[in-house]
Amino acid sequence: MQQENRRIILFTGHFGSGKTELAINYSIKLTRQGQAVTVVDLDIVNPFFRSSEVRDVLEKEGIRLLSPNFVGTTVDVPSLPPEIYSVFQSKNSKVIFDVGGDDIGATALGRYYPYFMQEPYRMFFVINARRPLSSTPEQIIEMLKAIESHSRLKVTDLINNTNLMYETNLNHLLEGQEIVEQVSEKLNIPIAYISGVAEVIEQLPEQYNKKGFPIDIYLHPPWDREDEV
Amino acid sequence: MSKVLMKGNEAIAEAAIQAGCRYFFGYPITPQNEIPAYMAKRLPEVGGCFIQAESEVSAINMVYGAAGAGARVMTSSSSPGISLKQEGLSYIAGAELPCVVVNMVRGGPGLGGIQPAQSDYFQATKGGGHGDYHLVVLAPSTIQEAVDLVMEGFDIADQYRNPVMILGDGMLGQMMEPVEFRPLSSKRELPPKTWATTGYTGDRPRNIINSLFIDPQALEEHVKRIYRKYEEIKKKEVKVECYNCEDAEIIVAAYGTTARIVKSVIQKAKREGMNVGLIRPISLWPFPTSTFEEWAQREHVKAFMSVEMSMGQMVEDVRLSVNGRKPVYFYGRTGGMVPEPNAILSEIKKVIGGVSR
Repeated sequence: MQQENRRIILFTGHFGSGKTELAINYSIKLTRQGQAVTVVDLDIVNPFFRSSEVRDVLEKEGIRLLSPNFVGTTVDVPSLPPEIYSVFQSKNSKVIFDVGGDDIGATALGRYYPYFMQEPYRMFFVINARRPLSSTPEQIIEMLKAIESHSRLKVTDLINNTNLMYETNLNHLLEGQEIVEQVSEKLNIPIAYISGVAEVIEQLPEQYNKKGFPIDIYLHPPWDREDEV
Repeated sequence: MSKVLMKGNEAIAEAAIQAGCRYFFGYPITPQNEIPAYMAKRLPEVGGCFIQAESEVSAINMVYGAAGAGARVMTSSSSPGISLKQEGLSYIAGAELPCVVVNMVRGGPGLGGIQPAQSDYFQATKGGGHGDYHLVVLAPSTIQEAVDLVMEGFDIADQYRNPVMILGDGMLGQMMEPVEFRPLSSKRELPPKTWATTGYTGDRPRNIINSLFIDPQALEEHVKRIYRKYEEIKKKEVKVECYNCEDAEIIVAAYGTTARIVKSVIQKAKREGMNVGLIRPISLWPFPTSTFEEWAQREHVKAFMSVEMSMGQMVEDVRLSVNGRKPVYFYGRTGGMVPEPNAILSEIKKVIGGVSR
């Protein structure tokens, strides 16, 4: 993983692109480098499969997690707690924003706009080219622009996270890479990482070695949870 | 077409489009909002029409109209919204119109919650609305199966002129899996829609869509004719999966998401030396009665247990099918709680302990 100089890090993208898994993995890696890390679950779109479900895992790592009010309950209200403002006040912790999918999810960033203007941020745009509606450069660019417009922020880095979950192989990732490279060229935004499970990332050709970002999978459906079966 | 990674809700919407559905009328509710959101984006691209109605009542009546005009049409909702659609569904069934309705079930009763549940089984399979009628109810347990069943569901609806319900749950709607959109394995002979109200031009008798009968005898004849159709559906459209039933000491009945949890329980039971089977109804109506009858007659099967995300609804159909031949037990969680594999296993152990003594 590359050196992370910026304090505020945002994960955005099409819903289902893998933002949450990446945000979890990124925060754990930063913590293990000795950084204090706070994760903000800012997802106002998804009712489940979200970072707040792995509160135990994050807290065990020493990561502070801020979740929307009523998360994991049956109250379907996208209400964000005032504690989130605290991450802009005390500057001793890196902050990872796990943003909800699409431009709808990115809208939640708008209210923090004045704070994002006060210090440099890194805004990742996560791409899974095996997702419908984000499988061509044109579709991806349309989505990226919409997210920028709704959040009033600029994407600084792309992540190629092309995958078919447990069926992913190296070809899927490399096909995705071609598409993400086209996006990168057209928009002049660098590709920071190529991510996937370790077995696939290990097979990346040498030219991509520095960009490989192996991840562990933390969100599982109930029939796949290891502690249960 | 190559595989793509999709959320259950999106996959269901795309499957409908691939099946020729060009009209969608709905009203938002969690956890199925990705269906209307996807339809709103995709339908204009394929020359279709998406309308967010002012209510569920309005949406189902738009479906009634489009189906009457012979269009392939779908609506989707989750439990409280499906309750609102019941009057319309009864009218559609009475007027014998084809359509597909998706229910991504959440916890109830009342406004309930937004987490996955299976407590709309009675509503889906026993009528829901008023009068003598049935929906064909299909319950996928994977996203690929959801895709395949939605596509086949449109054909079943057209073939029998009857509404088809896809009964999922919040988990199936929200989770992601790789899927493929492939042509149906069995091609059906679909009758031309000569009854559709497409505009009178004088070259055929006028078509009238109606569910009102002034003469009680005519209504009885109408209902009896619909019931002959249901008999045919019961003969031809039962779908069921039997898993690990050979030599099973106890057979679990479960559908949808719960069936997937039960499958991982069965593997764990096997490692602990227990033989547990699963009968997974895929069509909840028509119910796979004869499959339960057959296994109930096997000597190695000591008991049945229905596992549901409800207080016990499908278990009644299991009991009717097993018909006293073997004891039928029940384990369930409700209100949006998903049964945990270890809890199911310990219930199975209790039953095995009880029946083999």
